[in-house]
Amino acid sequence: MSALVKAAKSEGTLNVIALPNDWANYGTIIKDFTAKYGIKVNSIAPSDSSAQEVTQIEQKKGTSLAADVLDVGGSVATASTSLFAPYKVATWASIPAGLKDPSGLYFGDYGGYMSVGYNSAKFGTITSLSQLLGSKFKSAVALNGNPTEANAALNGVMMANLAEGGTASSIADGVNFFHKLKAAGNYVPVQATPATIKAGTTPVVFNWDYLNTAAVVGQSASTWKVYIPSNATLGGFYFQAINKDAPHPAAARLWEEFLFSQAAVGGQNLWLEGGARPSEQAAMTSNGSINKTAAAALPPVMGTPIFLTQAQATAAATYLAANWAKAIS
Amino acid sequence: MTAAASTKTGARPARAGRRPPVAWVGTVPFLAYTGVFLLLPTGIVIWNAFKGNTGGWTFANITGLNTGLVRSAFVGSLELCVISSVVGAILGAILAYAVASGDPDGLIRRLYIAASGVLAQFGGVTLAFAFLAAIGPTSGILFHASWFYDFPWGIAVIYCYFQIPLMTLVFLPAIDGLRIQWREAAENLGGSTWQYWRHVGAPLLAPAFLGATLLLFANALSAFATIEAWEDQISYVVPQSISTSLISEVGLANVHEGDALAAGMIVMVVIVMSGYFLLQRRAARWQR
Repeated sequence: MSALVKAAKSEGTLNVIALPNDWANYGTIIKDFTAKYGIKVNSIAPSDSSAQEVTQIEQKKGTSLAADVLDVGGSVATASTSLFAPYKVATWASIPAGLKDPSGLYFGDYGGYMSVGYNSAKFGTITSLSQLLGSKFKSAVALNGNPTEANAALNGVMMANLAEGGTASSIADGVNFFHKLKAAGNYVPVQATPATIKAGTTPVVFNWDYLNTAAVVGQSASTWKVYIPSNATLGGFYFQAINKDAPHPAAARLWEEFLFSQAAVGGQNLWLEGGARPSEQAAMTSNGSINKTAAAALPPVMGTPIFLTQAQATAAATYLAANWAKAIS
Repeated sequence: MTAAASTKTGARPARAGRRPPVAWVGTVPFLAYTGVFLLLPTGIVIWNAFKGNTGGWTFANITGLNTGLVRSAFVGSLELCVISSVVGAILGAILAYAVASGDPDGLIRRLYIAASGVLAQFGGVTLAFAFLAAIGPTSGILFHASWFYDFPWGIAVIYCYFQIPLMTLVFLPAIDGLRIQWREAAENLGGSTWQYWRHVGAPLLAPAFLGATLLLFANALSAFATIEAWEDQISYVVPQSISTSLISEVGLANVHEGDALAAGMIVMVVIVMSGYFLLQRRAARWQR
């Protein structure tokens, strides 16, 4: 470890990509990493998608501008393994087997559950998704992006699908739910961001719970509530991967060690403080290293969590490509 | 775009005999610039449109364009461009005429031109957000416009915000070129206002008007940020489809399909340009 720190420090810089400051506490994580190791973090294109991360490391290959590390969704991670260098962090054993590639090409970092964030002062308490079809929610309900492009939006439709009685293998009922939402005049076709929430354009938002917290969307914690349906508890994880042609290979590996560190100021607890669920949460709960206050502040999860398999996610994307635009136009 | 310039040159007799042989050197920077930043990228896009994702050549990207979604994106682009360019051109031309008939050195005219210069460039996310805040269905301060998200009219209104000032700017010189003496001559010959416009004004302005409308059309065709911020959940126009093919993280990204879509846009521009040249030749017949 000390040799890695030394090598990383002599590289002096780390290129990260597609990490918005208000996403899963990344702003603090980057600051703490720099404070601890004195390595400058160069944050490239914070709002890029997972697919653009891969394009970036292909296009900037061999230059000092290429991203060293990636934080990507499952579809992109499994499709791009030829670009990754295998690496196993010190806490490798604490990552659940289902969340990592056995050879270490990619490994789950943090995740959360699909949720509905809303202003309870305006809409009362939401206890089921079908409530959203009511007239109280006129021009109110929005997704985080276009489901044929963004993972979070695809999972938003999938959550509605599960709540409507559909299965993870077919997203048709979810698309139909949004069709009804559109017909009722309740659907807002704008990508929800903290800015649109502040402006009142998107007061009810489907998004990962860690992006839907009052702190992230800039709303008062006393009125902004996050609802995770007990009949549609849909989880999703992101994955870390190291660019095999990383311009700063040691810094990249040190960054992974920091992200998967179970220390009080380590990536796992920092993600937790940002409302995301770190992949080593179960192990950290049993060994006592978890930040208990932050863990207790997570929105309650009642149902049995469902995680999409790669085949289910691909089937959903294929169905959306053909039917989404028709359903909501 | 050289539409405005090309309307003025007409058919001037070439002075081939007296032209010094090195005169073409002056065009080298222009040709080099357009070669590197227009022709080369166009060639690369078309070249890549025939490449497969695993290497080798294929027609799959081109035949892949023949789906309902892609067709509707091209139809959407065409609708939006025609509506916003025609409405923008007509209203912009009327405004340009109003400005031109005022005091040529007056404060109003100078203010108007300065404001048009700024507003013609005011597009993108800020513009979409401004409209959303002003007349959005839930957040509108002025009123809550329920038609706001209807394609193409909702977005066409937003596009007109920069199309009209742009039209005013590019069309004003043409109106300034109308000499007062021509009008007086028409009146002296007993012509009515209608006859003046029908036989003198309109034919004189037609080439410039068509050229400016084409400019607005191309302006609307390539606009992306504004419509993406207005509504990003459906790919209404081709630039949005290209975006999906580049950034989709749910497994629908296909870079070469994006190249094929871009090649389709180039074909669209070529068709519109050809139509424009035919019309232009007819409209400018009197110049020869």
